[in-house]
Amino acid sequence: MNALSSLSRAMLLGFLRDKASVFFTILFPLMFLLLFGVLLQDPGVSKSDVVQIGAVPIVDQMPADARARIGEVAALTKSTDREDALAKVRTGDIDAVVEQTGDTVVLHYSAADQVRAGSVRGVFDSLIMSANTADRPPKYSLDSRQVEDASLKPIQYLTPGLLGWAVAMGATFGAAMTLVTWRQKKILRRLRLSPAPTGAVVAARVGVSVGLALVQTAIFIGVAMTPYFGLTLSPFWWMSIPLVIAGTLAFLSVGLLAGGVAKTAEGASGIANLVVLPMAFLSGAFFPMEGAPSWLQAVSQVMPLRYLNEGMIDVMVRGQGPSAVLMEMGVLLGFTAVVSIIVVKVFRWDDV
Amino acid sequence: MGQTIVVRDLRKRYGDVQAVNGVTFEVEEGEFFGILGPNGAGKTTTLEIIEGLRQADSGTVEIFGQSPWPRNPKLLPRIGVQLQASAFFERLTAREQIRTFASLYGTAQAEADEMLEVVGLADKAATPAEKLSGGQAQRLSIACALVHGPDLVFLDEPTAALDPQARRNLWDLLRDINKQGRTVVLTTHYMDEAESLCDRVAIMDRGEILQSGAPATLVRGLDSMTHISIESGLLSLTEAKALAGPGDDVTDDGVSLQFSTPSPAPLLAALAERRALGGLRVRGATLEDVFLHLTGREYRA
Ligand SMILES: Nc1ncnc2c1ncn2[C@@H]1O[C@H](COP(=O)(O)OP(=O)(O)O)[C@@H](O)[C@H]1O
Ligand SMILES: [Mg+2]
Repeated sequence: MNALSSLSRAMLLGFLRDKASVFFTILFPLMFLLLFGVLLQDPGVSKSDVVQIGAVPIVDQMPADARARIGEVAALTKSTDREDALAKVRTGDIDAVVEQTGDTVVLHYSAADQVRAGSVRGVFDSLIMSANTADRPPKYSLDSRQVEDASLKPIQYLTPGLLGWAVAMGATFGAAMTLVTWRQKKILRRLRLSPAPTGAVVAARVGVSVGLALVQTAIFIGVAMTPYFGLTLSPFWWMSIPLVIAGTLAFLSVGLLAGGVAKTAEGASGIANLVVLPMAFLSGAFFPMEGAPSWLQAVSQVMPLRYLNEGMIDVMVRGQGPSAVLMEMGVLLGFTAVVSIIVVKVFRWDDV
Repeated sequence: MGQTIVVRDLRKRYGDVQAVNGVTFEVEEGEFFGILGPNGAGKTTTLEIIEGLRQADSGTVEIFGQSPWPRNPKLLPRIGVQLQASAFFERLTAREQIRTFASLYGTAQAEADEMLEVVGLADKAATPAEKLSGGQAQRLSIACALVHGPDLVFLDEPTAALDPQARRNLWDLLRDINKQGRTVVLTTHYMDEAESLCDRVAIMDRGEILQSGAPATLVRGLDSMTHISIESGLLSLTEAKALAGPGDDVTDDGVSLQFSTPSPAPLLAALAERRALGGLRVRGATLEDVFLHLTGREYRA
């Protein structure tokens, strides 16, 4: 065995034999998947953006009171570019598209956000019902169409968000703990006295963290795809693998920074929590960002977890192609580079 | 024989503390060299500078003719280091520890297992390092330092905090290491350990080396007193003073009557004549007397 593989092995065994670490890295996020599956059924919803294509008489001719009621939950705009509008529903930029052919009103919506989809559908249902009361038999009918596969469930958007959080937590804590405990237990200085290159220590940590993140991904997707949860992956789901790797590198660098600054394991885990936990809440890992106030949206833009989550949802659920997440991966890798420079500056072999 | 280590006028300051203050010494190939001094004398700091873990403020170090600072990967395979605090990977067994260290040096796993036998830990191979006793952990730590067959071995207080039996066992191991032709540098605050193991010792206090040489030479060089004591009550203090020579020191603490004399033979003869040998103890000078002589202080580790 060479230095790299034996150090990786030592790191991995140290991790696997620590029941608490294994629990917090692998099982704890999975528990959140179950918990949030229930809790996220009914979050508060902001106004939905609905785009109207061409003439939709039932909307154009609706009475003022009905218009006001719709105005409370949806902002209506008109457009002539049908394809563009439908694409925007798929990417989540708008919430629904409405058009009318004869007496059939067609509503296109995305199931990536079922709550929002439900509220938009409810509005149009009641609109059509009230239009129908004048005539009998009923004249108008509503044809709601999901833009994605009809089998989508909340697990679809919970999985990418919570997986991003799990990966961030695993990478940050793994790196911070290794650095602090190896320094405290004098293993770093002992390694410095061996001819093993310094890079081997870092490479071992990167390898172990990336490996664990991919295992987390496999377990998350595996559990979510069981019939009970029923996750269906979109065609470019495999793009989540390079995304997870980029995200792991970003949070590995955060962990190394925490471990570099902190003197004790408690201090390192405190710093890591302080960074990752608020980030998880503010980056859409636990609830959608669309309803958040604009200042919070702005704050989330500087958080690497936001980019990991956006990218994961794009390729795993929204069915976007590989090129759609290049920007997110670029941000994550750029973040890694910047933090790594600081890590090198604060790195210490010794406590003193 | 060549010089394995050459240290010249080494200095290191931590804030207000001058930890090492102008240390100079040499260690020959194959020698068992000891740095002896009380806690805080600067032994560990000196060792760490020589190993290449710390940079000296001034002065030079050469190991095998090369400087250990900055980190010198050509030198590292030739030296083995046992740090003052054991450095073990968390939750790894004894065998996994030593195999990991072996692989860092490109040493075969079989040799690592053999080294466990040498230090008598073969039956503890599957025990996590955290569960080893103090003596076992020290032996594992030494085994990890030796696994790649270094020519030069540094041991920082290897027997500190061990019970007497474990210390003796470790001494045997350390002598064997030296007999295999390796140069050994050891720090200790135990006088008896330095006397028993080292070819040559440097006595260190407050960052300085006060004197160095073979333990026996240091003791002999001292114009030293022999301490003779017998039970109190066999002789009165006046009788005792009459027996003693002019330069002798006589005290009686109620338990034993003690003479300190540069010429023990006539005094012992006189005591024997009076049949006043009850509870007789004769103690020659030790390194402790050398320390007392050099510093004017009693030696306290
Ligand atoms: N990293 C450090 N920072 C500040 N002071 C130190 C440091 N290491 C050692 N010292 C001080 O330097 C002196 C020598 O310490 P050390 O070399 O450890 O002595 P020894 O090993 O002989 O007990 C002591 O006064 C100690 O407190
Ligand atoms: Mg010391």
